[in-house]
Amino acid sequence: MKNLKSMKKIFLSNIVLFSFLFLSSCKLAVFDPRGIIASQQRDLILTSLWLMLVVVIPVLVMTFVFSYKYRASNTKAKYDPNFEHNNVLEVIWWTVPIIIIAILATITWKTSHSLDPYRPLESKVRPIEVQVVALNWKWLFIYPEQGIASVNFLQFPVNVPVNLKITAEAPMNSFWIPKLAGQIYAMEGMQTLLHIMADTPGSYDGLSSNFSGEGFNGMKFIAKASSPLEFNEWVAEAKRSLQSLSQERYGELVRPSSYDKVQYFSSVEEGLFVGIMMRFVMPVGTGESCHQPHSLSPSQSESELDSH
Amino acid sequence: MSTTAITHDHHEIDEKTTFGFWIYIMTDCLLFATIFAVYAVLRPSTFGGPGPAELFSLPYVLVETFLLLISSFTFGMAMLAQREERKNLVLLFMGLTFLLGAGFIVLEIKEFHHLIVSGHSFKENAFLSGFFGLVGTHGLHVFCGLIWMVLLMIQIVTRGLTPLVVRKLSCLSLFWHFLDIIWIFVFTFVYLLGAI
Amino acid sequence: MFGKLSLSAFPHEPIQAGGAVSIILAMLAVIVALTYLKRWTWLWKEWITTTDHKKIGIMYVIAALIMLLRGFGDAIMMRAQLALSAGANHGFLSPDHYNQIFTAHGVIMIFFMAMPLMFGLFNLVIPLQIGARDVAYPFLNSLSFWLFVMGAMLVNFSLIVGEFAAVGWLAYPPLSEVNYSPGVGVDYYIWALQISGVGSLISGINFFVTIIKMRCPGMTLMKMPVFIWSALCTNILVMMVFPVLTVTLSLLFLDRYFGFHFFTSDLGGNAMMYINMIWIWGHPEVYILVLPAFGIFSEIASTFAQKKLFGYKSMVWAIAVITILSMIVWAHHFFTMGAGGNVNAVFGITTMIISVPTGVKIFNWLFTLFRGRLIFKTPLLWLVGFLLTFTLGGMTGVMLSVPAADFQFHNSMFLVAHFHNTIIGGVVFGYFAGFIYWFPKVMGFKLDERLGKAAFAHWIVGFFVTFTPLYILGLMGMTRRLSHYDASTGWQSLLVVSLVGALIIGGGVACQLVQIAYSFWKRKELVDHTGDPWNGRTLEWSLPSPPPFYNFARIPTVTSRDDFWEQKNNPDHPGHKKIVYEDIHMPKNSGLGFMISVAVFVCGFGLVWHITWLIGLGLLALFMFIFMRSFDEHTDYYVPAEEVLRIENQLLKRKGEC
Repeated sequence: MKNLKSMKKIFLSNIVLFSFLFLSSCKLAVFDPRGIIASQQRDLILTSLWLMLVVVIPVLVMTFVFSYKYRASNTKAKYDPNFEHNNVLEVIWWTVPIIIIAILATITWKTSHSLDPYRPLESKVRPIEVQVVALNWKWLFIYPEQGIASVNFLQFPVNVPVNLKITAEAPMNSFWIPKLAGQIYAMEGMQTLLHIMADTPGSYDGLSSNFSGEGFNGMKFIAKASSPLEFNEWVAEAKRSLQSLSQERYGELVRPSSYDKVQYFSSVEEGLFVGIMMRFVMPVGTGESCHQPHSLSPSQSESELDSH
Repeated sequence: MSTTAITHDHHEIDEKTTFGFWIYIMTDCLLFATIFAVYAVLRPSTFGGPGPAELFSLPYVLVETFLLLISSFTFGMAMLAQREERKNLVLLFMGLTFLLGAGFIVLEIKEFHHLIVSGHSFKENAFLSGFFGLVGTHGLHVFCGLIWMVLLMIQIVTRGLTPLVVRKLSCLSLFWHFLDIIWIFVFTFVYLLGAI
Repeated sequence: MFGKLSLSAFPHEPIQAGGAVSIILAMLAVIVALTYLKRWTWLWKEWITTTDHKKIGIMYVIAALIMLLRGFGDAIMMRAQLALSAGANHGFLSPDHYNQIFTAHGVIMIFFMAMPLMFGLFNLVIPLQIGARDVAYPFLNSLSFWLFVMGAMLVNFSLIVGEFAAVGWLAYPPLSEVNYSPGVGVDYYIWALQISGVGSLISGINFFVTIIKMRCPGMTLMKMPVFIWSALCTNILVMMVFPVLTVTLSLLFLDRYFGFHFFTSDLGGNAMMYINMIWIWGHPEVYILVLPAFGIFSEIASTFAQKKLFGYKSMVWAIAVITILSMIVWAHHFFTMGAGGNVNAVFGITTMIISVPTGVKIFNWLFTLFRGRLIFKTPLLWLVGFLLTFTLGGMTGVMLSVPAADFQFHNSMFLVAHFHNTIIGGVVFGYFAGFIYWFPKVMGFKLDERLGKAAFAHWIVGFFVTFTPLYILGLMGMTRRLSHYDASTGWQSLLVVSLVGALIIGGGVACQLVQIAYSFWKRKELVDHTGDPWNGRTLEWSLPSPPPFYNFARIPTVTSRDDFWEQKNNPDHPGHKKIVYEDIHMPKNSGLGFMISVAVFVCGFGLVWHITWLIGLGLLALFMFIFMRSFDEHTDYYVPAEEVLRIENQLLKRKGEC
């Protein structure tokens, strides 16, 4: 037993050591945000962590202390086999967690709205709109204002809000750039929204975080935040591309492939994005409208479509 | 072994069986509740195809409904006859119940057949998938109930109204009335509200 | 003739073929051994046809442990693949194979390891703890068990014939629909879960009625042991949510087999509805698993602290509150669907409220230890390990429940680490503790303590070494279900640490296997004649180990919560009165539960491969066996009082010998 216990101690101290090593050397994307949403999310995560530790640390300490102190061989410790109820104690451990959860619930209510991915970001600068399509297994980005499109590469100016409209022609994926903002699902026949804004120039990893089949590993992209000037240069570069995104070219793009190289398209066929979505939604102008109960309706695709 | 002990045991088993069967019916109720919810969600998703008002004929369904309602009544009569231990009367009423139930099933199959032949199968859109799913599940239950009824009728003929047979009979009775209630909901939500 | 089945369905890849061959060899070995030892009639009469809840319980536990080995093998392969496959190295598994493995791992661990282990413990303990001679419906109990076995067989069959689903353990559409997953994998998934799920539902009803109707005189609800309370609430949850699972899987089946449009993307289908439905079942499911573990730890805490359980009423209320809340939190599994701030906030808050009753339970266990006399046998070690790990898992759970934060955690390795933290730290530790605790009651000898402690040490250390890196990887932006990643991500070193952790856990599993084998070998030295090896408090310890097939020669009368403890300390307790023997009413054995399940299996196999005649054959056999059962009048019998007296005297003599 002695051996085992000392072994355990060595192991446990190793774990702590390892964790610290990695915490200091590795880049924890979520704790190293480069966008205003991700920074607030980091703060929120840390707040919830500290709040929970208020209860968790005493529990961990008590677990060790009680199991050491009241071991059977320690006959000096008090033994009270009928100690089974104490109002004061029980009131304490019903109320303290309730208070902590009440605080956390208030924070939750506020942040669920302030950090709602559907909520446009406040900024004096005019936002950029990008339409995102998750395909098997690559990301297509359409810039309706600039009239260009790209595969697996998303560029935008720093400190400018980017309004992303996301849909899919593939199994469900999730659009995630850990350093900029939390993720949102990409689903066929629906449109989800995400609003991001980078505060530092740089190239950030973007990926699908919801498993979507065999080529899922390669469903990655680069999200590059640059100066407005560089962004304009990039748009101009894309404009020079020899490819244009017609229906037919899109038809080729839809075919399953993984680890796709970055591609640019100098022009995009009118209404391509809406068309992709409408393929799955009911035909316009016939029959009744397709409203679902709100709790079951994550996308507000119809109302969004109406307003645009 | 005293006879009182045996009757006591039987009484206990009867109570346990009936209670358990009630619980089973509650779970079946949840199963239907889920399918109803699915139907409610998919109901507007006709994808441009015709809705319930165009597809269903209320008078036809009303006949189905009455067949099932009357069958519940005749089963009730069978249970009353069972209490008076009139075996042949029980068989008569069960036979009637069976015919009415079978009539219901035949009408339902004809309705399904008609829909499919006229191009409105479950493959057409989500609304029709929901419809066939919900009504079909109920129909499947009624069908199982009919098979069970035949089994019990055979047992009544060969064994008479023994405590075991009576216990099974009261379970089937619960089941049959339950299916009737579910049908009332189907009729209201699918057909009546659909016609509006 | 054979539907979609052709020779190409048999495995070609070396790893898969190896798995298939090893399963076939194991089956052959069992068949040869049974024939050589002439044990076929014994197997049929004593085990396959049995309606004795103790034997069914033993079979459940054995099956669960076998499936644990398979699920754990999958886990090791996944960790090894990830430790290797950075950059140019693509590891030893193709993406498709890897995807099947993680799907199988999840399905097996939840449905075919945790659930049967839970029902096994229910079978072994519930009737003994409430002073009953069997469960309410012994035949249905046998049927449930064999349905579960057939579900598990289908999963294992997929290794030999065809493939398993490669869509994740909850098979979200549209990925699981025919256009994205045309193979038979998802069909295996549907029918394995459907068949064993119906078995679980029947068990749920069975144990609910058992607890409500068959408690011994004097055992009011508030005198029930906490394990019985947790089992009661678990079975309520089973009855509430398994119908939803049945419907969900049926609809997916209709989509795939007949071309319905419930969850398809086109023609108005609604994939989000599937995700809602599967989690309406799926979230309560994790509470179905963890509540019994809470019950087990409550029994263990008071037994090994030699003290009454602290705050019994708080405990019961906490379980009840958790039961109700667990049904209204499901949407926290998909905050990222974009349901909007209000919906997300409501589901986030209901989720974090669950941590209050759970926290209360933790404090109650701690204060059961407080001022106790702690005997550190292995079950108590698992309790302490549970308090440490589960508290941390609960903490990360609350962090995940904040919707705005969940957008960063969702689908990442952080999430994977969190649910393993609660499921291993809660469910697995709990069931292991229960296994060791009740083992002597069922088998008549204890498990070896040294090996048990070694197993615990491996598990707890291995757990933290495996899953701490996963928490960190999640924060680094690593998502789940990847089988390959860039070397530049810097994930590899952590993934290697994680593999080492999994291997340490493997050491723990090895210790447990050796522990069982060694204890069986040394069973004469580890024998327990008293029937009460831990100085227990509840009714099951008042019986000899193993108990006679009728459990109680006289149905006990209970006066207080820890009634057996009272009986030991109070000479006037009614338990000391002289027993007057009477005839005992017992169920007869029946092979029909097994045969019905085989028919269902045949039918399920036909449905997977679209072999119409096989489906028909299965259904025909199914109806025939149900008819046979319906016409069978002689399902029970009486054990005469003289026979009971003879068995009891024998048991007393055995007790006197030591």
